[in-house]
Amino acid sequence: MDNQSRKISLQLKSSGVPSKSDLKPFLPSTHRKRKGAYALIECFEEIPCDPCFSACPFKAVKEFENLNDIPVIDFDKCTGCGLCVPECPGLAIFLINENRKDGKATITIPYEFLPLPEKDELVWALNRKGEIEGEAKVVEVKTYPKKSNTTVVTLLIPKEQILTTRHFRRKDQHE
Amino acid sequence: MEQVEILVVGGGPAGMMASLSAVQSGANVTLLEREVKLGGQLIKQTHKFFGSYKEYAGVRGIEIAEKLTSLLKEQEDKGKISILTEAELVVFYHDQTLGYTYKGALRTLKTQKMIFTTGASERMLPFPGNDLPGVYAAGAIQTLMNVNGVLPGEKYLMVGAGNIGLIVSYQLLQAGAKVLGVVEAMPRIGGYLVHASKIRRMGVPIYTSHTILEAHGKDRVEEAVIIAVDNKYKPIPGTEKVIKVDVISLAVGLNPLGELLEQRGIKFCYIPELGGFVPWHDENLRTSHPDVYVAGDLAGIEEATTAMLQGELAGLVVAGELGYGNLEEQNKIGLVYQRLKEFRTGPKSEKTREGQLKLIDG
Repeated sequence: MDNQSRKISLQLKSSGVPSKSDLKPFLPSTHRKRKGAYALIECFEEIPCDPCFSACPFKAVKEFENLNDIPVIDFDKCTGCGLCVPECPGLAIFLINENRKDGKATITIPYEFLPLPEKDELVWALNRKGEIEGEAKVVEVKTYPKKSNTTVVTLLIPKEQILTTRHFRRKDQHE
Repeated sequence: MEQVEILVVGGGPAGMMASLSAVQSGANVTLLEREVKLGGQLIKQTHKFFGSYKEYAGVRGIEIAEKLTSLLKEQEDKGKISILTEAELVVFYHDQTLGYTYKGALRTLKTQKMIFTTGASERMLPFPGNDLPGVYAAGAIQTLMNVNGVLPGEKYLMVGAGNIGLIVSYQLLQAGAKVLGVVEAMPRIGGYLVHASKIRRMGVPIYTSHTILEAHGKDRVEEAVIIAVDNKYKPIPGTEKVIKVDVISLAVGLNPLGELLEQRGIKFCYIPELGGFVPWHDENLRTSHPDVYVAGDLAGIEEATTAMLQGELAGLVVAGELGYGNLEEQNKIGLVYQRLKEFRTGPKSEKTREGQLKLIDG
């Protein structure tokens, strides 16, 4: 995969919402997806930032030659541990697991809002434009004190939403 | 009169790093900071920093301020640095005498070398209604919100999709405010796209190729009128859109703050890529005055990581000039150069690179 020579879509540059062509080079093979959880690094632009490299205990993120390189992940080395998710300063790494017996998928999202949701709570899954996609169940909430207190929240979502759900909103009391 | 070796003016990221590296080289430093606390803009940066894991990437700005402050306090306990907060430089005489106010009283000191790290001020934007209460600079809102715990309104329009506009929008959402849109005159988002994506997935629209036309309201801002612009940034009549907000937040750029240096006759150059009038300086950050160095936003608008690197560089160079520092510290100068250079190789640093070239030409 040659991330450096890719062009960023006009849609992403002008609206902040990536297109399918922006996402494609970051996705693992179907074979890898079936093996279990994997990290999706949605970092499309060359910016001076490299902590995803040092966050990975398995060296699955290729070492940067230049600080401005776009991260490249070796999916054979990625174990799906998710330690990169709370590390990324751009909140641009998501952990996805679509290898579940119930036919659903989970997505782990960095979440910097209070109050935090509770386990088993039903929330609104939001797409990349902030539109409600449907309900999602919170399956895990984990805060990392050593990673600047970043919290990650894992949601149970339909498999069709793995590339679209990127945030969630807690329901109001009367919703 | 008090005699000092190195005077550092401004205790933000550049000034703190300049003080630290100079002191660690063996020099004695006096640091003046106008505010009550050290940290400059870092004390309101609740987001995690980019940059290299070898430095402070992944750490929140507020945590970096705390860390650097405690390192400086250690040096203060050893008597290597004198830290004066609520101290503001007001006069720069023709010998190396400077006057500053300290808790209301005027004091003077004489110094061998100076490192100015006075930062920048936020730009205003001309439009009808911009004098209404409710029109703020984005950085001012960030201070009110993250330092003082005050939200100046409920519904916001952000003008400018650079990093400050995008980050402050996100932090407003974190504080529970509503951001009804971000307006950007350029056809592209100027800040990091990851910051843009963060507010987009919370439902905040980004109107590229749009500008603010005017603000309306009786006693304060009640609504903003935005309008599409063509490729020459001219408003396109008929594309007006009214957005009901009580705060208009301006994130339209920064100007280096160097009035005292200008009055002292130090050479300035007009370099739009660096934020307008900047003190001319060489690659060691020395100005046209042989004893005056600059670092951080004053040397050209950039960001906090490069401000810290520049500060570190200036501190090492100035201490070296005074005869301090062993070989290891002098070798560090080359390493900091390399880090600065590497940081600036990406497309987001294009302006800085162009500005640096213009500086060389004077």
